[in-house]
Amino acid sequence: MSDLSRSDRDLINLLQEDLPLDSRPFAAVAARLGLDEEDVLARITRLREQGYLTRFGPFFDAAAMGGAFCLCAMAIPQAEFEEVVTKVNAHAEVAHNYERAHRLNMWFVLATETPEGITETARAIERETGHIVHCFPKLQEFYIGFRVAA
Amino acid sequence: MTLDATDRQIIEALQGGLPIVAEPYAEVAAALGIDEPALTARLAAMKDSGVIRRIAAAPNHYKLGMTANGMTVWDVADDRITELGALIGALPFVTHCYERPRALPDWPYNLFAMVHGSSREEVEEKRARIRDILGDALRASDVLVSTRILKKTGLRLRKKG
Repeated sequence: MSDLSRSDRDLINLLQEDLPLDSRPFAAVAARLGLDEEDVLARITRLREQGYLTRFGPFFDAAAMGGAFCLCAMAIPQAEFEEVVTKVNAHAEVAHNYERAHRLNMWFVLATETPEGITETARAIERETGHIVHCFPKLQEFYIGFRVAA
Repeated sequence: MTLDATDRQIIEALQGGLPIVAEPYAEVAAALGIDEPALTARLAAMKDSGVIRRIAAAPNHYKLGMTANGMTVWDVADDRITELGALIGALPFVTHCYERPRALPDWPYNLFAMVHGSSREEVEEKRARIRDILGDALRASDVLVSTRILKKTGLRLRKKG
């Protein structure tokens, strides 16, 4: 962290806001930071190479594109855990999967083309593993942003 | 919003990100064989309809020192959740905040808020701030810390047909 300058941090913070659709959007970013455009482009490239930024581009909402998403959780006994991980992850619909410290110890997101696909995949996982898949679809989103202060 | 074939080509082209060049939209438009105003008009329409939330950087939380996170979960009175969820979602350290159904009797929680911090203690401090905001609408809460990433793939739009 210590190798990040104040201006790199300011840039990371600003880049988490929406980039304008102008022809030269990074010139607008540069102007707000008192940097020049070329410098901003070089910094973004470097910050990506160094891993401070994982991606730069549009954030798509898959649900708005007609797909479906659902957070799911399972309670898996430790002895079976690795075997169940393999079975769950084998489904291409499983976008990511985390082990969490709780009785419900496996949490994954299903992403499918259709809402029915969520139920079908969840039922398939239940059949294959013999464990219940709890589905927690979002009912309401309190969305402000995905931002972290650098 | 109904996406046509060109929209889907644009989405496909941008899933990996926007080129980091002086005129990124012109470069993408050229690759797709359309002109820049046509591309930016389509991107503007996708933003308006919510297909694109914003064009921005995805920071790496771990590299920025946010090495601790907790999925905080709360059982909040149903008639207060819309009002209180908005307050929790607006907190600067909360990155995802949703109302989700309970799974009774095992899972009484209906509000999920992902909290990030530089340490476990910081996550706990932030959790205490959420608890204060929820006040007497709160019945129970928990925090689930991730112990391992089991799978992580980017979200890809699959080609139709």
